Amino acid sequence: MLEVGGILSWIHEALSSSCPEWLTLLIEYVLIGVGFLALYALIALILILLERKVCAYYQCRLGPMRAGFWGLLQPFADMIKILMKEIIPLLKNDKFLFFTALFLVIIGSLCTFGALQFSKDLIGIDFNVGVFYVLAISSLGVLGILLAGWSSNNKYTMIGAMRAGAQLVSYELSSGLSLLTIVILGGTMQLSGLIEAQSETWFLFQSPFTWIAMIIYLIAGHAETNRGPFDLPEAESELTAGYHIEYSGITFGLFYVGEYVNMFTIAGIGTMVFLGGWQPFHINAEWAAGFNGVMDMIPTWLWFFAKAFGLVMLSLWVRWSFPRLRIDQLLHLEWKILMPISLLNMLLMALWVAYF
Amino acid sequence: MIKYIKDLFSGIYALLQGMYITNLNFWRPKVTEQYPEDRQTARQFERFRGELVFDMNDQNEHKCIACGLCARNCPNQSLEVITKSITTEDGKTKKVLDKFLYDLGSCTFCSLCTQSCAQKAIKWTNNFEHAVFNRSALVKQLNPEGSKAIERKPTVAAPKAAPAAGQNENQQ
Ligand code: SF4
Ligand code: SF4
Repeated sequence: MLEVGGILSWIHEALSSSCPEWLTLLIEYVLIGVGFLALYALIALILILLERKVCAYYQCRLGPMRAGFWGLLQPFADMIKILMKEIIPLLKNDKFLFFTALFLVIIGSLCTFGALQFSKDLIGIDFNVGVFYVLAISSLGVLGILLAGWSSNNKYTMIGAMRAGAQLVSYELSSGLSLLTIVILGGTMQLSGLIEAQSETWFLFQSPFTWIAMIIYLIAGHAETNRGPFDLPEAESELTAGYHIEYSGITFGLFYVGEYVNMFTIAGIGTMVFLGGWQPFHINAEWAAGFNGVMDMIPTWLWFFAKAFGLVMLSLWVRWSFPRLRIDQLLHLEWKILMPISLLNMLLMALWVAYF
Repeated sequence: MIKYIKDLFSGIYALLQGMYITNLNFWRPKVTEQYPEDRQTARQFERFRGELVFDMNDQNEHKCIACGLCARNCPNQSLEVITKSITTEDGKTKKVLDKFLYDLGSCTFCSLCTQSCAQKAIKWTNNFEHAVFNRSALVKQLNPEGSKAIERKPTVAAPKAAPAAGQNENQQ
């Protein structure tokens, strides 16, 4: 099979046969950390290219075509360009908070990314309160954004940060509630446990209320990435770029990368919680045994990435379809529509679990 | 409450309609031209104003009567009509065109000149590759050396000059 677990256990055995235990653990931790960082950067590059291409296709353009075949090397060129740019120091701002904000955003994004379970045996973090961990650590980004806007000593960044704060704090509620709806259905908070509970059928097909939860989660998650119709904190036309105006060079690049990977992380969590994570698609019936066998042949990491990128495509589709909301419309959507519906949905899901 | 639910579903329906439209656009053929590669096949609209040229016939003759209307109508003084006097066989002195200078660098492609020319002596071509290394290379002489105006009988020429300026824009 094309699984990666074999390679991982081979590395483990090779290391532990030649090193003492503490050194093995140390090397493995470093390897995992480096691996995660590499994957993080790689996914950011893929997403940047995907975004530019898909955006162009929605506008009847071709997008980047020059760098490499079909523009495939474009994100690398962008990366080199942004690495060579100067980091412009500001005169009257809070230097310490200015750079702390950047790292808060990146750490929040990277730690949430670490909770994704890429395949059967490519799992970074697996707590017994995994869902709780994801909800908690992804809120770290809000703090970073608020600090970034505050410490830049600029009115535009300030307005952008305030909007981002209002938006992220509100939308976290309904995304959290829809995740909790699934926790009721799955009966566990551990992400691997939730995925295990979907080995027969995905949660999406286990209850009609999962559909509502998933739609609400996708809308709220989309809003949490500050993109699409919810890009008020950045609002190029009115705030130039929102909270990261004063960041230049790679400091801006890190915000940019963080935003893109957040999009993937949201899609990944949605995949794990609603679409069965790395579980292949199974039809739960006698006659479908052959079909299920074929589905099992596809490596589990491919399942995960295919589903996650499918959700990413959905988010891009939404982003390039709808005009930006006003701030009052944004809060109306959250507090008067999504929030009551997700509370009601949670109640109905509890009844469903209790009586079916 | 009923209005709330109705609004919710009509909103979702409208959003889905929007997504349907953008999805149609996603699969549509793309309009981007890959310029240097498809130089031979690049499409141009006929009305595209690339560069001003004289409407020459195959005997190396143009229609310009050196009236200077175009130069006077040009808002940027991009045109310069230099005339000379010649004596025809029957002894008359006549003003004819010596040089027609066109400064592409200061032209805004407003097309006022082609509209004001009663003889339709100047027209647009689609050539858009104007890059040169020196600004003086942008000043072009539109009447080729050795070309001359079409000989015309006075009786025939008078009604021909009649159509009002501006009616036939950009006649090719
Ligand atoms: S181009 Fe037309 S308007 Fe200009 S001088 Fe010649 S005839 Fe007159
Ligand atoms: S197009 Fe306009 S600017 Fe250009 S030469 Fe004619 S009148 Fe002048």
